[in-house]
Amino acid sequence: METLDQIFVLAKHWLVARVPEPLAWLATILLSIGPLITVFASCFAITTIVERKALGRIQNRFGPNRVGPFGLLQPLADGLKMLIKEDLVPAQADKVVHLLAPFALVVPAWLTFSVLPFGRNMTVIDLDAGLLFFFAVGASSELAVFMAGWSSRNKYALMGAMRGIAQMISYEVPLVLSTVAVVMSVGSLSLPSIVEAQSAYVFGMPTWHVFTPWGLSGFILFLIAGAAEANRAPFDLPEAESEIIAGYLTEYSGFKYALFFMGEYLGLFAITGMGITLFLGGWTAPVSFLATTPSWFWFFAKFGAIIALFIWVRGTVPRLRMDQLMKFAWKFLVPLTLVNLVVAAFWHFSGTWQFPGAIFARWLLGAGFIGGAYVTLGRALHTNQFPPRVYAYAE
Amino acid sequence: MRMLSDIPIAFLMIAAVTLVSAVCAMSLRNLVHCGLCLVLTFVGLAATYLHLSAEFVGFAQVLVYVGAVAILIVFTILLTRNAEVTLSPVSQSSLVGLGIAIAVCGSLVLPLVTSPSLRRLPAQSLAPDAQVQRIGEKLMAQYVIPLEALALVLTAAMIGAVVIAMRDDPERNDPSPSPQNQKDTGSVSNSPAGTALNSSSSTSSSQRP
Amino acid sequence: MTPLHYYLIFAALLFSVGLAGALMRRNAILVLIGIELMLNAANLNFIAFWRYSPTANELVGLMFVLFSIGIAAAEAAVGLAIIISIYRHHRSTQLQHVDRLKG
Repeated sequence: METLDQIFVLAKHWLVARVPEPLAWLATILLSIGPLITVFASCFAITTIVERKALGRIQNRFGPNRVGPFGLLQPLADGLKMLIKEDLVPAQADKVVHLLAPFALVVPAWLTFSVLPFGRNMTVIDLDAGLLFFFAVGASSELAVFMAGWSSRNKYALMGAMRGIAQMISYEVPLVLSTVAVVMSVGSLSLPSIVEAQSAYVFGMPTWHVFTPWGLSGFILFLIAGAAEANRAPFDLPEAESEIIAGYLTEYSGFKYALFFMGEYLGLFAITGMGITLFLGGWTAPVSFLATTPSWFWFFAKFGAIIALFIWVRGTVPRLRMDQLMKFAWKFLVPLTLVNLVVAAFWHFSGTWQFPGAIFARWLLGAGFIGGAYVTLGRALHTNQFPPRVYAYAE
Repeated sequence: MRMLSDIPIAFLMIAAVTLVSAVCAMSLRNLVHCGLCLVLTFVGLAATYLHLSAEFVGFAQVLVYVGAVAILIVFTILLTRNAEVTLSPVSQSSLVGLGIAIAVCGSLVLPLVTSPSLRRLPAQSLAPDAQVQRIGEKLMAQYVIPLEALALVLTAAMIGAVVIAMRDDPERNDPSPSPQNQKDTGSVSNSPAGTALNSSSSTSSSQRP
Repeated sequence: MTPLHYYLIFAALLFSVGLAGALMRRNAILVLIGIELMLNAANLNFIAFWRYSPTANELVGLMFVLFSIGIAAAEAAVGLAIIISIYRHHRSTQLQHVDRLKG
């Protein structure tokens, strides 16, 4: 079991030992990056076909079923089609920026994976400030969106980019604030040590952060803000096809479009991996008697579950309007994450309570506080008086 | 003749990229290109901080400058309709500015090159103990008053920026479809980004030829 | 290791580039970019001196840069808000057009 758990680490060490000494550093780097790219590129392919199938079922149709058995080779066909398509660049476009934009999106997306722990001892680099690195690198995707939208010389592309940047800036605040509660509780920014802090078991049950009142609400807030940060439905306004064609992707075709597509999915994967690491115990098993099973298996099991949740949400929740989007971020999510910080502090300091049933009292108080804030904010922001819609350019 | 290993190749590469992009950021004709070159300069500086084993500051630099300041700058460029303007070339009077800058550069670099006491290596060859935990403890103990002051400054700047950039006379400026809605979003989003969004949605249809 | 004066020369050159831009260019946004460059050059000096000092474990230079980054963010936000409001009044961000005290 121990060997199976560490099989990838051992394989890497065995391979590095076969390489001559002066090149060992290069082998280490390649053997860390190579599997990472292979695994998540195949995750990307699998997710696209699963998503199209699942969305088809939700919308009462078949989804792709022509290429290969059950249409399972569809990603391959799509990839081939993208590669051999002509790469169109608008005549007025800013050629250099137009070319650089997809790379500016994909490269940071890959970089964010380097700090995620995929299993025991399976982190590419264990940075002391790993969480900060994740958000710092993730923040640069806004710039790629701007570059794509501006360089296309297309008003829909520009509007999509403006929407995208405004949305990303707004939802980055609740995203980071909801992770601060975890950092407060663990006392470290290093992701492996955050997982270690959740690896204990009490009465056979794991001590994941999601099983605390602040962790539960923090996880939900993180997923909502993360979906917006990754431009997922119902927050996919930057590329809302029924409003502004395809947003900043309008003037992209062929391989560059495929890169953008991949960058968006990689962003979603990174957010999912981060959510698992922070709140769902990373690679730890859900019950103690399974603790000897391979750690990487649990990471990818949770990963698949969260991706399935995102697909389900995409199939069921309608898209927001732009002003609703902004209002939701600044008036609802940000105050709730701040309250969540207070609840996390309460949970931390009430850890010394000794009387019988203290755990229930702590749960009740914590959940009551965050729930009260939720109800109060919801009531305060809910108005039935929508102003009449004015169609300024349609009359 | 020095040994090849004495030449700090990594540093020289980072410095060259940073300086070239800084010069581009200050000299290109298209303002958006200037903004994008500025981003490259910030990333190069962050790399220099990492090279100096200041991890936390390097990441903070990327987060604040690339993620916030650069985005603000390009938003402002778009908002002030500067994206399409190609700027006038350097005029006669600005040669005075160039002269001043060269004089400052000379007076800074000359002492640096000639001073022998600056040709030193780090006092401790190992990286200093700049763990995030120690930075946090310092911030919360020794530097807690500056930290609180900085929090006040940032709050004041945020409110100030919103107040300055907010439209003070909505009836004069543009034929906005729903002024109620516009004002609402502008006050919510707490940054010029929110204001930018409003104006963009109402003006960008006329922005392109 | 790189000797200290390499970093200092790098910072001095960066400062000069920022200064030249701030003095030569006529656009308010470019002037602001120049000021940001000068601020960053100063930060680089702080980090370099911190790394090469015998008391690096006290983290003084590092702390200074952290605070300086915070201040720079506030400065950029307010500066750009001022530029936007100047643009509203004068329909231009060229500094030579903004020479009247009466708005």
